[in-house]
Amino acid sequence: MIRDGAKVLLEVRGLRVKVGGVEICKGMDLTVRAGEIHAIMGPNGSGKSTFAKALVGHPAYEAVAGSVVYEGKDLFAMEPEERARAGLFLGFQYPVEIPGVSNSAFLRLAYNTQQAARGADELDPLEFDDYVRAKMKLLDIDPGFLDRSVNDGFSGGEKKRNEILQMALLEPRLAVLDETDSGLDIDALRVVAGGVNGLLTPENAVVLVTHYQRLLNYIIPDYVHVMDGGRILRTGGKELALELESRGYDWIKAAA
Amino acid sequence: MSALASAKHPYIEALLQGAEAPASGLGWLNERRAAALERANALAVPTMREEDWRFTDIRPLTKVQFHRAEERAHPSMAEISGYIVPEATVHLVFVDGVFARELSANSGLPYGVIVAPLRTALQSHAAVIEPHLACHARFRDEVFIALNTCHLRDGAFVWIAKNQQCPTPVQLLFVSTQHEVAAHPRVLVVAEAGAECTLIEDYVSLGETVHFTNAVTEIAVGENAGVQHVKLQREARTAFHIAACAAALAKDARYASHTVTLGARISRNSLNVAQEGEGAQIRIDGLTLVSGRQLADTHTLMDHARPHGRSEQLHKCIVGDAAHAVFNGKIMVRAGAQLTDSAQESRNLLLSDKAHVDTKPQLEIFADDVKCSHGATVGQLDQEQVFYLRSRGLATEHARALLTYAFGAEVVDRIPVPSLVEQLERAVMRETKAGVQL
Repeated sequence: MIRDGAKVLLEVRGLRVKVGGVEICKGMDLTVRAGEIHAIMGPNGSGKSTFAKALVGHPAYEAVAGSVVYEGKDLFAMEPEERARAGLFLGFQYPVEIPGVSNSAFLRLAYNTQQAARGADELDPLEFDDYVRAKMKLLDIDPGFLDRSVNDGFSGGEKKRNEILQMALLEPRLAVLDETDSGLDIDALRVVAGGVNGLLTPENAVVLVTHYQRLLNYIIPDYVHVMDGGRILRTGGKELALELESRGYDWIKAAA
Repeated sequence: MSALASAKHPYIEALLQGAEAPASGLGWLNERRAAALERANALAVPTMREEDWRFTDIRPLTKVQFHRAEERAHPSMAEISGYIVPEATVHLVFVDGVFARELSANSGLPYGVIVAPLRTALQSHAAVIEPHLACHARFRDEVFIALNTCHLRDGAFVWIAKNQQCPTPVQLLFVSTQHEVAAHPRVLVVAEAGAECTLIEDYVSLGETVHFTNAVTEIAVGENAGVQHVKLQREARTAFHIAACAAALAKDARYASHTVTLGARISRNSLNVAQEGEGAQIRIDGLTLVSGRQLADTHTLMDHARPHGRSEQLHKCIVGDAAHAVFNGKIMVRAGAQLTDSAQESRNLLLSDKAHVDTKPQLEIFADDVKCSHGATVGQLDQEQVFYLRSRGLATEHARALLTYAFGAEVVDRIPVPSLVEQLERAVMRETKAGVQL
């Protein structure tokens, strides 16, 4: 929801990002205020995922110019774990498998780390179990997830559901979902949409990185940004997504 | 006595002190001891020039003059109770190689199960022991097995009669207490046809003493019998530990070995599994977790001599600081051992630049219709996994510790004794510093 005077959560100015020595983001500008939903769309290779990975500080993604201010602080002066504890969350495009670490222990560790950072009470394993099961029920996620190793042997859809579960537990201030909708069937898509819609309050914001308009039938964005060649070429409202769906990306490139 | 003086190697000669056991009254045993003594005299301490020892420098061991244990009061129950596995209501405790009756519990066993010191079993059950003792662990070319065999007069004996089951795990706890003492623990396990048992062979030290454990274990698994064998080496990091285990499997026998190596300054663990009957099933798991300047060598031989054998092996090493781990795993498939199905995996994690691992899988196949695979990896932690955990707020060192723990836990979690799994998980956590967060 767009509100006048809402607090700025994220201010990106002239951001350039290199991966393996090659510049992929070539001058990104983006402002995200509390309460807003942003969708970043664009063809493959346009730099969407690179932008998302750079925000959370993946070591292979090097910011070489520009600035990112998150809640008034220089984001690039913070370690990835500090960003996470400050409420920045990335839903991974390809969630990582960690055999040998139980999902329940992992979720509890992540949750308690977040609680400690907020000065809130940590939960012991039993308390956490109740808490996580309630969240899973709400999101319609199989409780069997808890007994397995983190993402180990999960299907693509299960991994994405697990990302949404983490988001729901951690209640981030700014959630960036990197193609969380790719490859999902309609049931899994509803889980993702339910997670995002359940998270939103006037205090936080969501950035959806996506290829497809389909997700935006379930989550109505306030802004749609179209990326190409490492830059945002056009910004519009939710109707821009529908226009992209019918006309493709080429007309935007031509107009730019 | 004259045989002792003729040792080729002065160091071996010193280790033979105390081996002059009185004649046992059992002709066959005296003969085997004499034969072992002859070999001990003839053999030298292995050096890195020998293929089998090329990565393992045991010179520090040869620089210590070990002597026999003095007769002293045994440690109290309180001092060792922490090492007793709660499930193992049957346990034999040995202190510096000598049976400690007052610390052991072996009463109330069901009919057909014997857990006893070898010394008494040799009097009561010689007929069962004779076909096995010093027959499976070959001392001809192995000086340490020869040394152990000529010292042979006590040890642990476990016997499960045909179709009988030992209801609880049996723990054999070898406690070292004295400085610069060499002990030669001996274990014989015989599971007759259709029998089942779980064995925990456990080596610990009280205090940071420099001692030498030279252990030999023989396990005979009868037709369609099953033995689960946990070998735990958690001695002081000042200790020397050399152990050889030989398991012989009859038709359709099942043997699962779980070896965890945490302790000792220098250790060598050899495991030879001989599949002597058709269709035997073997699982060999190992975890070596070393740091500081520890050296831990694991040598295994999976010898498929008969058809339809199945073996699966997973050996993992976690090596920190300037420590050094060695893994040599040989799979032998003899002519005639058709339809063998054998898989071996060696996975190694190096936690520092100075940590070192030598891994050497070997396949020798003389049959043409078999399925054999082996693989080895050596690496650092997966950086994508580390980043994933950091992106959820975990500090880098916690993420690393958690992943290291998980690597080791895979082996520990398969141990069939729940309290031991818990205890070892804690030990791995301590070593990997993951405990702060789990």
